[in-house]
Amino acid sequence: MAYFLQQLINGIALGMVYGLIAIGYSMVYGIIGMINFAHGEIYMIGAFVSIIFFTLLGMLGISWAPLALVLVLLAAIVITSLYGWTVERIAYRPLRGSFRLAPLISAIGMSIFLQTYVQVTQGAKIKPLQPVITGGITFTDASGFTVTISWIQVLIVVLTVALMAGFTWIIAKTPLGRAQRACAQDLKMAALCGVDVDRTISLTFVIGAALAAVAGLMATLYYGVIDFFIGFLAGVKAFTAAVLGGIGSIPGAMLGGLVLGLVEAFWSGYFSIEYKDVAAFTILVIVLIFLPTGILGQPEVEKV
Amino acid sequence: MNTAIRAPALADRVKDAALAAFVAFALLAPILGMETVVGPDGRLTLAFHFDLVALGVAIVFIGRLLFGGLVAGRLAVRREGGPISRFLSRYSTVLGAAGLAFAVALPFLPFSSRYVIDVATTVVIYVMLGWGLNIVVGLAGLLDLGYVAFYAVGAYSYALFAQWFGLGFWTCLPIAGLLAAIAGILLGFPVLRLRGDYLAIVTLGFGEIIRLVLINWHEVTGGPNGIADIPRPSFFGFPFTRNPGEGEIAFHQLFGLEFSTMHRVIFLYYLALGLALITNLFVLRIRKLPIGRAWEALREDEIACKALGINPTNTKLTAFALGAMFGGFAGSFFATRQGFISPESFTFIESAIILAIVVLGGMGSQIGVVLAAAVIVLLPEIARELETYRMLFFGAAMVLIMIWRPRGLLAHREPTIRLARRGGAA
Repeated sequence: MAYFLQQLINGIALGMVYGLIAIGYSMVYGIIGMINFAHGEIYMIGAFVSIIFFTLLGMLGISWAPLALVLVLLAAIVITSLYGWTVERIAYRPLRGSFRLAPLISAIGMSIFLQTYVQVTQGAKIKPLQPVITGGITFTDASGFTVTISWIQVLIVVLTVALMAGFTWIIAKTPLGRAQRACAQDLKMAALCGVDVDRTISLTFVIGAALAAVAGLMATLYYGVIDFFIGFLAGVKAFTAAVLGGIGSIPGAMLGGLVLGLVEAFWSGYFSIEYKDVAAFTILVIVLIFLPTGILGQPEVEKV
Repeated sequence: MNTAIRAPALADRVKDAALAAFVAFALLAPILGMETVVGPDGRLTLAFHFDLVALGVAIVFIGRLLFGGLVAGRLAVRREGGPISRFLSRYSTVLGAAGLAFAVALPFLPFSSRYVIDVATTVVIYVMLGWGLNIVVGLAGLLDLGYVAFYAVGAYSYALFAQWFGLGFWTCLPIAGLLAAIAGILLGFPVLRLRGDYLAIVTLGFGEIIRLVLINWHEVTGGPNGIADIPRPSFFGFPFTRNPGEGEIAFHQLFGLEFSTMHRVIFLYYLALGLALITNLFVLRIRKLPIGRAWEALREDEIACKALGINPTNTKLTAFALGAMFGGFAGSFFATRQGFISPESFTFIESAIILAIVVLGGMGSQIGVVLAAAVIVLLPEIARELETYRMLFFGAAMVLIMIWRPRGLLAHREPTIRLARRGGAA
């Protein structure tokens, strides 16, 4: 039982990270109907900006954890958002209205470019981070098994829930959210009604990148090591989460992330750790075949 | 008024350029400017490269000042094929023949050496892979991001059949192609009814599954160590050895030649060339058959095809299976050439390189694939220090080509067959 609980906790923390990345895929897909293949790399850049700023703050002598965390969080969000914005501006905006595969190929190119860019500038070696937050809450049950909730896991859950609350508020109540929902329904009609479509799409990319930056920061804290290649796997898994929850649906993305995180945690806990990535990919294939609209998605009607 | 629109005031342009420079600074300063280095005590420290950041910002500022606004306008216009593409499509037969003659003569040209032939063989393999993938991406318009999986299936089927059953290369070649095609059908059957971009991700996932299985299934695939001592090919039963075994005749004895290790290298080159030419011939012929025309029609408009009674799933499935089959052939050749295979050779980057060849060459263009494969393989050979920057260049090139010419550098989207010649007789 304790082992089960431990895997449950690990799975939830992992799932929240996937969920945050998945929202970026889902929002972009909902509005312009394309898979932002470079989103995983945006997450990777978020992780790198975090580790760079942690190191910088350490060199400047700011070692009080809460202050360092807030500063790094802000820096990661600002810089990663700027990357998201620039990627959209350079690689996707000129292709609006081009043929179907063009934005996807452009996105793959961007993904390769960003990955190699970080590899060239930061080196291919694994980057270890000195633990910033240590310790946790430990419970012991009658039979002597312990369940540990680390402070990082608590931070992940609290931060994700807070972000989701703020994000839901943005979508539901603000003019930006209204514009986004209008664009998701019909880009042309939204433009005719006076919505600045380009600006809305840009901001969507910025929000997605900001959430990915938070995910990157938390993954850096959680795992303690990063390299330039982490974006690929995380990207594919988060995309799986987005599809699983129903692409285009924001609560679906979070739900899909949680399901995927739990499956992965239990799979590596009970079956084999080598095949945990295979499990994620298999879920993707199975969901796409039997449930292409996902758990909370709307069926898609193709029009002439 | 007009001039004001064409040439914005200098002050505005400077402001715009300054803004771009500021964005560039914010982007470059952390990632390029502060390199994380693992120190001697295992802790990270930073190495600062602000000179590079300043250089990057200056390039962006000046570039934006000089070309800002101009670029977007000009890029948008040049969608259709330029003079190079027109030249190539007009003289494609002549160029093809000349290229073929050069390829056949290459081993006997004065400058050719073992190194040259080795590199040429690699180019030819990539050309073949590009042509195989071109069936799927260029003709049928399906984005396959896991093409390397079929390459791997071909390579491992040859290696395993040779290892366990002692089968020779020529027996295994069709088996490898068949198994790869079956893998293509097994994957394609469920996923081909999905939208194009879902298909891309599923193929990507499939490619990764194959690679992870190869790494983890130690008993059969040898895990990360791969399979070594794969039998080298023989000249239709005559081995390339100095001292052939009992009752065997070696290649050099058969033709009464002096023994040379070059024989095998040249033979491998011609083998690759032959396989590639078969692929090319196959693609050229099948484009003119109903199935080939159905692929191209499907690429242009799926709904119209359905209305005309083409079964999209079956049509896509044939494209997928045939593309996979050629991937399998190439993989089998790869295994026999290297004599050693491991999962390392079948990563996503390899898929991306093959896709880049097809995209840069122009989707659906046969000669474009040859040029793109040559550039992509030769570029790092010519300048070794560029090796790391190769993928940087490919990524940027894929984005720019999609913006500049979404159909690829040399693409011409002429239908393969016209119903009647325009402009009356002749």
